[in-house]
Amino acid sequence: MKRVVLSLLALGLLASTASAQQHLRIGLAEDPDILDPTLARTFVGRIVFMGLCDKLVDIDKDLKLVPQLATEWSWSPDQKQVTFKLRPNAKFHDGEPIDAEAVRFSLDRHLNMQGSFRRSEINVVKTIEVVDPMTIKVGMDAPFSPLMAQFTDRAGMIVSPKAAKDAGPNFGAKPVCSGPYKFVERVQQDRIVLEKFKDHWNAANHHVDRVTYQPIVDGTVRLANLRSGQIDMLERLQATDVADVKKDSRLKFVSMVGLGYQGITLNVANTDRGKNSVFGKDKRVRQAFELSIDRDAINQVVFNGEFLPGNQWVPPNNPWYVKSVPIPKRDVSKAKELLKAAGIPNPSFTMMITPGNEAQQVAQVIQAMVKESGFDMKIQQIEFATSLQMSQKGEFEGFQIGWSGRVDPDGNFTAFVSCDGGQNDGRYCNKEVDGLLGQTRSTSNFEARAQAYEKIAKILADEMPRVYLYHPTWFWAMSPKVQGFVPVPDALIRLAGIKLN
Amino acid sequence: MLTYVIRRVLISIPTIIFISIVVFGLQLLLPGDPALALAGEERDPQVIAELRRMYHLDEPIWRQYLIWIGKVLQGDLGESIRLKVSVGELVAAKLPVTIELAAMAMLIAILIGVPAGIVSAVRKETLIDYGANAIGLAGLSIPNFWLGIMMILLFSVHLGWLPASGFVRPSESLSQNLATLIMPAFVLGTGIAAIFMRHTRSAMLAVLRSDYVRTARAKGLREPRVVYRHALRNAIIPVVTLGAIQFGELMGGAVLTEQIFSIPGFGKLVVDAVFNRDYAVVQGVVLCTGTGFIFLNLCADLIYFLVNPRMRG
Repeated sequence: MKRVVLSLLALGLLASTASAQQHLRIGLAEDPDILDPTLARTFVGRIVFMGLCDKLVDIDKDLKLVPQLATEWSWSPDQKQVTFKLRPNAKFHDGEPIDAEAVRFSLDRHLNMQGSFRRSEINVVKTIEVVDPMTIKVGMDAPFSPLMAQFTDRAGMIVSPKAAKDAGPNFGAKPVCSGPYKFVERVQQDRIVLEKFKDHWNAANHHVDRVTYQPIVDGTVRLANLRSGQIDMLERLQATDVADVKKDSRLKFVSMVGLGYQGITLNVANTDRGKNSVFGKDKRVRQAFELSIDRDAINQVVFNGEFLPGNQWVPPNNPWYVKSVPIPKRDVSKAKELLKAAGIPNPSFTMMITPGNEAQQVAQVIQAMVKESGFDMKIQQIEFATSLQMSQKGEFEGFQIGWSGRVDPDGNFTAFVSCDGGQNDGRYCNKEVDGLLGQTRSTSNFEARAQAYEKIAKILADEMPRVYLYHPTWFWAMSPKVQGFVPVPDALIRLAGIKLN
Repeated sequence: MLTYVIRRVLISIPTIIFISIVVFGLQLLLPGDPALALAGEERDPQVIAELRRMYHLDEPIWRQYLIWIGKVLQGDLGESIRLKVSVGELVAAKLPVTIELAAMAMLIAILIGVPAGIVSAVRKETLIDYGANAIGLAGLSIPNFWLGIMMILLFSVHLGWLPASGFVRPSESLSQNLATLIMPAFVLGTGIAAIFMRHTRSAMLAVLRSDYVRTARAKGLREPRVVYRHALRNAIIPVVTLGAIQFGELMGGAVLTEQIFSIPGFGKLVVDAVFNRDYAVVQGVVLCTGTGFIFLNLCADLIYFLVNPRMRG
């Protein structure tokens, strides 16, 4: 009997050490850049930051703001100030307390550090005021409602002032934040290891003890690693592998429509090439072009129906989608009429596309579709960095390009469509749209903003400066033992709630 | 011997200067604005202007070159724009990985290629010769990435014997280190083994027909001694040069193989750097591999010198 009790005890001990050693290994599609929230640029780096650095606020799967380091926030009546109440029991990984002064330090760092990539995201912030040790107030010259969304990402990440001052520009080599996991080591292009931060305010909800992020660039190999048990989950499963993974009972498949879009920028006024292009001459050519495209067919042919067709800067399942402007049905005869009325029955143009099979397939499908209406479309595939430069200089007629997407619709839109927008490479300009955009930014009231977006959507459906095609879906594959993963449209892997059975 | 070595080293110096100019000049031909490529999706004009200033992209080309080469001469290869890590550090981290992978691949290539070449030459136009030729041809023509993925599917997914990808430092675990490197080294090694095999075979065939080999046989020497002591020593000389060139190429990073097996070596570093227009990294790595290449050629010449008595005269 004694022996039985002893062996049971031993088993119990073994089980408890086994559960104490939960190690989650995640395969990433790229190697992240520097792990400093102020200096970082890449999407893949943001996945690692989700474990490493807490933000003022976060979003949930329905894109609602939820507390993180700030437990409450409120806008001033003139919409020019936001006041944050900070979480009282939060600490940095080096044991330093998180107070208003630390938040002020981080926001100031984002705004003023040399080489900061956050400045453009929050440059509307003009004053940062420590009201009391647990309250901080951020002020702007003019109302800017999209600001809160910026604090759900890297611009809202708070770093330890002590560690940041000590490390200077080398902070990213050994980042000290306050996320649920702290930095252990990084081998460039091989792995990033984090371990659980026991003093995290939400530690009870984080069950995994150690997380290793492994960049495995080749999609096929990433999946092979999952199948052979080298990793437990992977991000960005290739669309071509989705059917296989769904069939495989030893794997679990999760998907979520993202915040981004794939679209076509039409050059309507950028240099003479734009002004003289078929799209620059007459808006009816642009309307005819859109009417010739069957978005659903693109989705079926190229993406096995896994993506979500769309005609706006946010996907149809997003709260900001304007339902009164639905996706138009393909209508070749109407497109032909429009071209005839414009006096250009056979418009000829070149579509610039970025490298990759998918971009090429999408372009070829469009080429075949618009041909039926009379368009003569040539395809020109150009290396990414070069295509960006050509786009900026106006050396294109149509440019098929994607945008990774932002939480607030303003981030998917204003820079691309406003008259002096930094990414408005087609140089479409309409003062009425600019005025409405100003309205959307000047209030944090959802209905008021939504009304302004509705007016904009109607104008753009008529003027058609860019054609939105579809919204990519994010695919994850994982071992069935990974439980509790909740996908969020920003596609970042939140570790809260994840368990390994 | 000493004058020969000194002469060879001195000849290398203008070559290295030439490499530095070519490396610098070539990437200026790359289209696309590096500041724009690095500025991220937002393309904030302020960030772009700051990047231009920080990395001297707004200076004339000759000044950019002088600034860079001046720092290089002081041992500073610059800083990666993307990773904000000094290029020297990156090179120091990747170099041992690439050397280890290259050395293992070379070992596999020599162990397979040279004996196969000898056997197929000695047993000319027999089944063994045809078989070795067929395998050699396959080694040359099978693409690395395909062989790599097939091996992963077989040894990792189905059999579960080897890790599918990744890299473990030998200091952490030697056995795991070898387990992670054996597949990529084999993939790289088989391609080179085929080249070795064909060169060894043709060199051996030429030597075996020569007068001194006939004399050796006429003296009554046994065949193994004729082949290994007399014929192979002469036949191996061109193979040594070839080995140095192949090793040099491996040092430049085996891009596809490293990508597939997620080996953090030079190849992946350079590819990432080119796509991100991270000039400092491209320049630093190419300069290092270029210098390494010259060094290996120098070594090959010195081995020649030892192997071939005629050169000592």
